[in-house]
Amino acid sequence: MTVIEARGLRKAFGATIALDGVDLRVEEGRILGLIGPNGAGKTTALNAILGLTPYQGELRVLGRNPWTERDQLMRDVCFIADVAVLPRWIKVSQALDYVAGVHPRFDRAKAESFLAKTTIRSASKVRELSKGMVAQLHLALVMAIDARLLVLDEPTLGLDILYRKQFYDSLLNDYFDRSRTIVVTTHQVEEIQNVLTDLMFINRGRIVLNCSMEEVESRYVEVTVHPEQVAAARALKPIHERQVLGRSILLFDLMTLDKVDRQQLAAFGDTRTPSIADLFVAVMGNQASAAPGARR
Amino acid sequence: MNTESNAVPESFDSQPIAPAAISPTQPFYWSVRRELWENRSIYIAPLAVAAVFLFSFLISAIHLPSKMRAALALDPMQQQELIGKPYNFVALSIMATAIIVGVFYSLDALHGERRDRTILFWKSLPVSDFTTVLSKASIPIVILPLLAFAITVATQCIMLLVSTAVLLASGQSVTTVWTHLPLFQMSLMLFCHLLGVHGLWYAPFYGWLLLVSGWARRAAFLWAALPLLAIGVVEKIVFNTSHFGALLTSRLTGGSEGAALTGSASMHPMTYLALGRFLSSSGLWIGLAVAAAFLAAAVRLRRYQGPI
Repeated sequence: MTVIEARGLRKAFGATIALDGVDLRVEEGRILGLIGPNGAGKTTALNAILGLTPYQGELRVLGRNPWTERDQLMRDVCFIADVAVLPRWIKVSQALDYVAGVHPRFDRAKAESFLAKTTIRSASKVRELSKGMVAQLHLALVMAIDARLLVLDEPTLGLDILYRKQFYDSLLNDYFDRSRTIVVTTHQVEEIQNVLTDLMFINRGRIVLNCSMEEVESRYVEVTVHPEQVAAARALKPIHERQVLGRSILLFDLMTLDKVDRQQLAAFGDTRTPSIADLFVAVMGNQASAAPGARR
Repeated sequence: MNTESNAVPESFDSQPIAPAAISPTQPFYWSVRRELWENRSIYIAPLAVAAVFLFSFLISAIHLPSKMRAALALDPMQQQELIGKPYNFVALSIMATAIIVGVFYSLDALHGERRDRTILFWKSLPVSDFTTVLSKASIPIVILPLLAFAITVATQCIMLLVSTAVLLASGQSVTTVWTHLPLFQMSLMLFCHLLGVHGLWYAPFYGWLLLVSGWARRAAFLWAALPLLAIGVVEKIVFNTSHFGALLTSRLTGGSEGAALTGSASMHPMTYLALGRFLSSSGLWIGLAVAAAFLAAAVRLRRYQGPI
């Protein structure tokens, strides 16, 4: 079943085009990472999906129009838009009361049992909690909601590595199942590498890569090339090349290569699947160089 | 935008988890409670005024027996005025406090949530912009007048009990106090005045303040006050009239309709008459329509607004 479906999604702020005809389709049970440089349009895309901003084009989230049906949609959609958007004056117990009062799918006991595993006390106010604890609280609230779609926009920004790791562990172990869908944006790509099932790169309001993690594995190969074979390897037109400790590491896109397979590449050196971060640098770098010199 | 908006795929119906039933009024109720959690000044400020007043009343109660002896020499009208004075004064003080709290609350209500980015959290929950704005508007229009009423009446009851105790202790008769203090009528009048004038009659002001607080990026107070001033000045220069100013003044002072509601002091049956006249006055309904328009604009605005 399709959870998010967008066709020709456009959004402009004055002369700045934040989304430039985005086509998007997210199926149920996927964990999609939306990765892009700052100002690429990630947050705008999420805001459109969440009904926080009007847009042009067609967009359905769980079969609804998010802009006109935001309040109904929010029964089935949860989001953490940012760390630290919980009101600082609210008490933990009040936050539980409030969400239980307004949300038909909130399971208070579940949130409390999650909070019991943390050091957060229910009499504390949010302003007394550390940034990591606020993120834990927000996650506890969100995980206790039986939502179909969870949208996370930089949910771990500014948290230390322990909290970040714990955040994704909880999400995967205690929350995610095949009937839920998660869309996440983050700059800390390495940390979600093993969490994602799908990957989407977005740049200047356009989607530049959209594939599942299995496709990434079958499509992209990174080769640490033996020095004497660099020239031969380069002849196969890698999409990216970088130097690490004097060795050339070449990244190949098997889809653009004819009659080249892994065995051939393996002859040049050690092969492996690139990390998302390296793939990102390669794809975005090509974007920058492939872009017409209109700016100059 | 999309015409096939209700074409939900069939599989969406096969929901394994039945959502707990939430009545439509529940988000409103919790939104109002939320406002009271966040803005504790709504009840603390009038309570503080009442407490200060009670404290000074207790101290002045030492002189009460001698004052009462002096009062007995006066004619009944003067007696009533003298005895009722502190009771009216406390009512006025709490009213003024409620207005100040209401104005500051309204100016911040839709501004604060954008300033501290919490709007992103509130909007992540299934509460419509309409419910949110309505709950915020209900604070100055309904909740504050009701709170002011309850606190005033409680304070006046305590004052009466203290007076009675002091007079009894000094061996004086309490009948003068009790007969000259129509507490029930005073309360009834206060109730009508608070809900009628402070709530309904002033509603367009609060609607305007809420609209400005949802629109202004900063200095909401200036944006609320300066346009009104500008309209008055422009009218004065262009037409050399001051209808807008007169309109605002009559609205602020309660107008003849409000005065009718409040003026009929101790004449008990008149209160109902005045109430009927107030409720059927065009001024009230035009004001409410204007308030509704402001609030509708605020609802629409909130849909588009994110953090600032």
